Amino acid sequence: MKIAITSAGTEMDSQVDPRFGRAAYFAIVDTETMAFEAVENANVAAAGGAGIGSAKVVIDAGAEAVLTGNCGPNAERTLRAGSIKLYIGVTGTVAEAVEGFKAGRWQEAAGPNVGSHFGTGGA
Amino acid sequence: MGEARVIAVASGKGGTGKTTVATNLARVYAAQGRAVQYLDCDVEEPNGHIFLKPRIDRREEVTVDVPEVDAAKCTGCGECGKICQYSAIVCIQDQVLTFEPLCHSCGGCWLVCPVDAIEKKPLRIGEIETGAAGDVGFVSGRLEIGTVRTPSLIASVKQHVNSDGIAILDVPPGTSCPVVTALRGVDFVVLVTEPTPFGLNDLKLAVDLAREMGLPFGVVINREGIGNRDVETYCQTEKIDIIARLPDDRRIAEAYSSGKMIVDALGEYRDRFLTIQNYLEQARK
Repeated sequence: MKIAITSAGTEMDSQVDPRFGRAAYFAIVDTETMAFEAVENANVAAAGGAGIGSAKVVIDAGAEAVLTGNCGPNAERTLRAGSIKLYIGVTGTVAEAVEGFKAGRWQEAAGPNVGSHFGTGGA
Repeated sequence: MGEARVIAVASGKGGTGKTTVATNLARVYAAQGRAVQYLDCDVEEPNGHIFLKPRIDRREEVTVDVPEVDAAKCTGCGECGKICQYSAIVCIQDQVLTFEPLCHSCGGCWLVCPVDAIEKKPLRIGEIETGAAGDVGFVSGRLEIGTVRTPSLIASVKQHVNSDGIAILDVPPGTSCPVVTALRGVDFVVLVTEPTPFGLNDLKLAVDLAREMGLPFGVVINREGIGNRDVETYCQTEKIDIIARLPDDRRIAEAYSSGKMIVDALGEYRDRFLTIQNYLEQARK
């Protein structure tokens, strides 16, 4: 299956970006073949609705699960509508995140863990 | 040159005395038998009523239209989500989600929907109170807690400006969308400032905005005596009229803190507001 990991950079050893809506990149990884693609996130500088836009990006990329640090209510609702599994509290590198996912180390989130605008600097 | 009829009282900085100037100026017009309205456009924190103590005759609800999708008609084509610049409506695998707090009511989604599946649903954004404080007509908007549609509500408040007589708009502080909405179309902008570095910094921003919008403006210096002379120097250099000055008088602060009008509590300052009125009678471009 394809999964999306929020990433600060374009490599497998880039750090997981703790923000979902305003993540710098989405690392789209196929867990069977380990095929890897970094998708730049145009929502980084969005005035609003970044989480919704980002959820649309990962859904359109064909991901079935999202691994990230934090996720707000609008993004969570959009991902849920797309039947995307959400894992929050994920840290380390993208490679470690994928490895942890395959080993079942990450717990699926029951809902959002932060409020709106968390990724804009706590505003 | 003619008389300015619709007058905005604004400032870059908050707490400079916009409401003090706007309410007292309204009373000065009314005392001369002029038809005058006071309109509180500071809808996030209206406070003109504290000083004018109006009788409220009417409260009206203000709503804006937001999309509501009829799932039975929707084909999941996604056109609505493509046109929305705010992610307020998004199509995820044949299912349309709406996020009302993000909607700007542009109407794009219901225009592009090929099967007319999007209905307009009213969303309450606040209310407008109308009444009178003696001979001063009173209008005040109050934004609903949790909504961010400040400009829409201010535009509704401004629809209450009468077609004749004087209208004094108490504008929110700053230079962003609510202020632009409040200033649009007025005859003159009275910029209230204080003679401090903070006051000057924010006055410059407000001057830039008034110039950008092509609106005539002048300055009232409040709390004269504090700070320094940099505001005076700036106005001279920029050829901006200083319409009037109010001194830094503890009694004004005391009157303010107990909700009293300067024209009532401190009659000796009444002529300062007359000076503003006289200026405005010749201020229209």
